[in-house]
Amino acid sequence: MAEPRMIEISPVTRVEGHGKVTIHLDEENRVEEARLHIVEFRGFERFIRGRLMWEVPVIVQRLCGICPVSHHLAAAKAMDMIAGVDQLTPTAEKMRRLMHYGQVMQSHVLHFFHLAAPDLLFGFGAPAEKRNIFEVIKEKPELGKRAVLMRKYGQEIIEATAGKKIHGTGAIPGGINRNLTIERRDHFLGSIDMMIEWALDAVKLARDYTQEHEDLVAEFGSFPSNYLSLVRESDGALDLYHGNLRALSSTGDQIFDQIPYTRYHELIVEDVRSWSYMKFPFITELGPEAGWYRVGPLARMNTASFIDTPLANKAHAVLKAETGGVPNNSTLANHWARMIEVLHCVEKIRDLLNDPDLQGTDLIAEGERREEGIGVIEAPRGNLIHHYKVDEHDQVTYCNLIVSTTHNNEGMNRAVKDVAVKHLSGQAQITEGMLNHVEVAIRAYDPCLSCATHALGQMPLQVELFDAEGCMVDSRTQSI
Amino acid sequence: MLLIGYGNPGRGDDGLGPAFSERIAERALPGLEVDTDYQLVAEHALAISGHDLVIFVDAEIEGEQTFSFREVQPASPETIGSHSFLPETVLTLCTTLFGVTPCAYVLGISGKDFGEVKEGLSTQASENMVEAEAFFLNWLEHRTLEREAAHA
Repeated sequence: MAEPRMIEISPVTRVEGHGKVTIHLDEENRVEEARLHIVEFRGFERFIRGRLMWEVPVIVQRLCGICPVSHHLAAAKAMDMIAGVDQLTPTAEKMRRLMHYGQVMQSHVLHFFHLAAPDLLFGFGAPAEKRNIFEVIKEKPELGKRAVLMRKYGQEIIEATAGKKIHGTGAIPGGINRNLTIERRDHFLGSIDMMIEWALDAVKLARDYTQEHEDLVAEFGSFPSNYLSLVRESDGALDLYHGNLRALSSTGDQIFDQIPYTRYHELIVEDVRSWSYMKFPFITELGPEAGWYRVGPLARMNTASFIDTPLANKAHAVLKAETGGVPNNSTLANHWARMIEVLHCVEKIRDLLNDPDLQGTDLIAEGERREEGIGVIEAPRGNLIHHYKVDEHDQVTYCNLIVSTTHNNEGMNRAVKDVAVKHLSGQAQITEGMLNHVEVAIRAYDPCLSCATHALGQMPLQVELFDAEGCMVDSRTQSI
Repeated sequence: MLLIGYGNPGRGDDGLGPAFSERIAERALPGLEVDTDYQLVAEHALAISGHDLVIFVDAEIEGEQTFSFREVQPASPETIGSHSFLPETVLTLCTTLFGVTPCAYVLGISGKDFGEVKEGLSTQASENMVEAEAFFLNWLEHRTLEREAAHA
């Protein structure tokens, strides 16, 4: 009889973070347990304490080189609340929204074309030397160019609204410190129609993949869960920048709806487990077993009543129809959802560019100062919560961040186990292609493990295989 | 010519690249475009495609010398991710996508403190950066003189 084994995948390639997957096999090579561990931990919240509230929206961008704008805006929203500003000026809100749509667009494009496309184009089990962006470009050179140019467009929007590519200073407590010049507006308008056309093609690409691989998508890392996101206050539409919290069950039943995000701590509890530095949030009223949920592009497609831009709304309706209007539980459908959001973002960018409020000069609002502020946005990877308290000297005394990857912690762990059981169980030999299936499941969530651990820098992932007696018999480590 | 300084200024000496590029940018040297970023990403392939010469400036972990300066060629890594773009990778993308391969060098400046979340360079890194800057300005001057002589 064969001895039980344990596999670790570390680092998971093409995932923003530093994590490890461990897979325990029994004597018959069946998967007993599979877990995603985050192996770095550094206290960003501690680093923030003592900082002046005015500098927080800039400093928090150092959490991550991938989604600095998301942290910049969430922190700025929290500081708006502390500054006593409940309503920004139209110019300030629209400039921030433009920044956010540019960020979501470029982040999603990076993930889909550069990180996920090799898996989708060549198959999850393809040789490692085939699964990279260079092979994608060889196969589809025009796609490669479009991805680079779409990324550049989003980055330029960030630079125009935030002031700099890194450590932007655009959003400040109570508003924004610049408007958009006519010259920059016209520059962006010059290629917006092309961006919309390319985004439509990207939606088609992702939709065709999902529909052509119906069986794979239906079974790969697919399981029911609750879903949570912001939705627009007035009508439940998709809103990436602002709104109230909505949570649905896997069958679409409402758990809560239109709850102000300042009450997040009543709705969500962060559970701690001994084997992971990353917390496991759950919906308080449902408890840890039934209350875990997923966030991100697919969650937003599930929770949003509709999308307020016509092309993305049409695409949203097609995605919803796939599951008869109830939530879509397929992990791989995240890619399709991601491209619908790219389309939504470029439509929003077009609308904003045509809005004269972007050239307004009323940039900052004022209010009565408070001691506590909470800012929530829908970041590319999902819901992002920033919560601060400040003292009478404007110094931060408390900071709590719940990032998208932490919200998705339980979901990712379940996806890892689901895929490991289906693709690794009972195999006499573990191949690289099999292990990549596990990585594909994690990548579908586009996790940012650096953000999740509030650490900075390199973010690799590792897989290790252990036998029944706890001896490591195989491992794989790759840099990302 | 394009100079790209990259790294995270919130991670101690990893900020050497941005600190260097910002110092050079302040000099407003003719014919030299300067860019600063967190990391090398795909669109840098587009940025370098319009230049004959590119200088990548990065922090070097525990370098044996205060700085190093070497020419780099296009090369494909075994795996690729948004956090692992190397100058060689950007050059390969540039060649593959845009059909041009600029001449490229990497200026690696030795750092010492890459640990926790921290702003500012260590004393040693700051000194290394000053030496690297002197070297670069001297190299640039010689190169300019050579090119002028060649065109005379």
